[in-house]
Amino acid sequence: MPEMRMRDALREALREEMLRDETVFLMGEDIGAYGGSYAVTKGLLEEFGEERVKDTPIAESGIVGVGIGAAMAGLRPMVELMTINFSFLALDQIVNSAAKLYHMSNGQINVPMVVRMASGGGSQLAATHSHSLEGLYAHFPGLKVVCPSSPADAKGLLKRAFRDDNTVIFIEHTANYGLKGDVPDDPDFLIEFGQANVLREGSDVTLVGYSGSVHQATRAAVMLQEQEGISAEVIDLRTLRPLDIDTVIRSVQKTNRAVIVEDDWKFGGFAGELSAQIMERAFDWLDAPVARVCGKDVPMPYNRNLEFAALPSEEDVVEAVLAMF
Amino acid sequence: MAIEVTMPQMGADMTEGTLVRWMKQVGDQVTRGDIIAEIETDKATVELEAFDSGVLRKHVVAEGETVPVGEVIAILGDASEAVPDVDRMPPAVTPARRVPEPVPTANGTEPPRQPAAAAVTPPANAGRLRISPVARRVAHEAGIDVTALVGSGPDGRILRRDVEAAAKGAASEPAAVAPAAAAPAPAVRRAAPAAAAATTEGLSKIRQATARRMTLSKQTQPHYYLTLDVDMTAAMEFRRALNASASEAQHVSVNDMVVKACALALQRHPKFNAEFSDQGLRLHEAINIDIGIALDEGLIAPALLDLAHKTLGTIAVESKDLVERAKHGRLRADEYSAGTFTITNLGAYGVESLIGIINPPQAAILGVGTVMAKPVVVGGEIAIRQVMKVALSADHRVSDGAEGARFIKEIQGLLENPVSLAL
Repeated sequence: MPEMRMRDALREALREEMLRDETVFLMGEDIGAYGGSYAVTKGLLEEFGEERVKDTPIAESGIVGVGIGAAMAGLRPMVELMTINFSFLALDQIVNSAAKLYHMSNGQINVPMVVRMASGGGSQLAATHSHSLEGLYAHFPGLKVVCPSSPADAKGLLKRAFRDDNTVIFIEHTANYGLKGDVPDDPDFLIEFGQANVLREGSDVTLVGYSGSVHQATRAAVMLQEQEGISAEVIDLRTLRPLDIDTVIRSVQKTNRAVIVEDDWKFGGFAGELSAQIMERAFDWLDAPVARVCGKDVPMPYNRNLEFAALPSEEDVVEAVLAMF
Repeated sequence: MAIEVTMPQMGADMTEGTLVRWMKQVGDQVTRGDIIAEIETDKATVELEAFDSGVLRKHVVAEGETVPVGEVIAILGDASEAVPDVDRMPPAVTPARRVPEPVPTANGTEPPRQPAAAAVTPPANAGRLRISPVARRVAHEAGIDVTALVGSGPDGRILRRDVEAAAKGAASEPAAVAPAAAAPAPAVRRAAPAAAAATTEGLSKIRQATARRMTLSKQTQPHYYLTLDVDMTAAMEFRRALNASASEAQHVSVNDMVVKACALALQRHPKFNAEFSDQGLRLHEAINIDIGIALDEGLIAPALLDLAHKTLGTIAVESKDLVERAKHGRLRADEYSAGTFTITNLGAYGVESLIGIINPPQAAILGVGTVMAKPVVVGGEIAIRQVMKVALSADHRVSDGAEGARFIKEIQGLLENPVSLAL
């Protein structure tokens, strides 16, 4: 298995899917000549031509709207929104059209579109460019929400997204683009949606994360083992819709404790949803209230130190775990 | 104006009280200081004094009812005004403990007020058993009585490990935990001795309170211990002389002399009449000494109040009265909660030495053993002396060993020169 960075694994997935299925095409701001803000689509314009790799105007609602129309007409579009922050401008198209057409047409029309977005803080991009909105998209029925944490998952999940008949919101954490890992080069390598990944087995506490926060959780698990002798299980959800709650519940039944880690704000966030589901399904297995380690309840600061303070750290996770014992 | 009378908090760990008897009826004139009701807490029955004056307009709580601290139990008002429609409503805000007005001291300044944080009462469910859901389920499946467990989790929460440890302890009981359809027994199995059979007895309120408070003490107050012998020969002679001319009510006990000696020593060593808090040391002005009294229902430790200037004779009268009222459940609220130091004495049982557990939030406790004749070296000769062992257990957050040594030496010196107790 070749080792590559997550951005290269994503490009591999796009390329393989374009080679496999000629209805797949790409649209977005600066994805062609420039190769994409995070260099994910570099070289694809040269290989596949302007018909299949389209640079668009700065008009997110328009791009997504065109994508929805193309998908309704039988193509398999991939729309790249430069960052998740700009997706607010396309929210009406995504929520009111892409997510609902199948339901409102009684199954006559579906929208097999992949919308990729870059998400997350930690890069000093300030309050308007550092959102973690995975939980927001997971709120809407009719969308699938995918958030990989590793190069291999990014490839397997993105290839899988092109084979889905629904709109898939594919969210990539900016801090993960440079992450290296072994990636299968098998063109049929797919990762099924709704299958959480147990990254590390443990017996004393379950740490649940997705996308960027998986890494804080994993580092916290190492610290807990080495410094406290506490054995933490780490679960990467991989997709929020569909959600593999069964894997989480099985783990909590074993460890009796759960800590959810996410970059998003705590108030009204996905960690709250997960916490409620654990309480509903595993109440009699809990030895402590479910804990949430989330971003601070402020717009993301620009100052580097303040930005670090606003994001959940592995130390925060360790502290939350120790409070349960 | 209508005044609400609420269930008072008599002691830091009281969360609810039972209204035993109304002493004032609807329509009665009530003057501040009057006893209006008898309240039963988990430790004792106490009399509730009115903090305000007026006409008792309504009993909100009937005799025999148990209500949380802070809940309105009666309404005082003018004879003519309309009675507000209060009907067993919980208070809208967490009730602050009603404290008597501060008494001006001789030089006109007010004694230091309790810091605001300390006045906040625990939530009304503080008395509820803290146990995690999984611990409750495992205990239920194993047939373990959770009320008998001590929790090791945050804030004393009973966790799965506590139940499993208890189950392991109970596993030696043959029938108690073995499931009906047990797996085939291993070939070699030691027969459990019949004597290992046990039954679980429910905990009385007083037992629960003792368990909670002693666990709190040992978990939060780092104890250090100092013991020494007190030569009581002169004190016993002094007592015999006093009692020869005293009435029965004034009859002085050994413990009364220890109380008097401690009251004097505490004035000179205020750190042992104190309590630790994160804001600082609270040094109490009043010297209120709790004395441990063993009742049939369990141990209680009511206080002899304001001992700074009381004579040995007064202490002797008041201690007999205190013990008598404790036996009949007739202690007053302040006697139950105002103690600043504790003496525990098992001399009557012939116990030679006794090392006590501090009564939180106090800073120290004195354990007192029996007075017994012993050979002692005096001036190079062996002499028979009356010796009593005393042991100081003190909170190391408040004082250090050398300070404790000076304090216990002071007590020893006072008892060995008993004339000093006569003042």
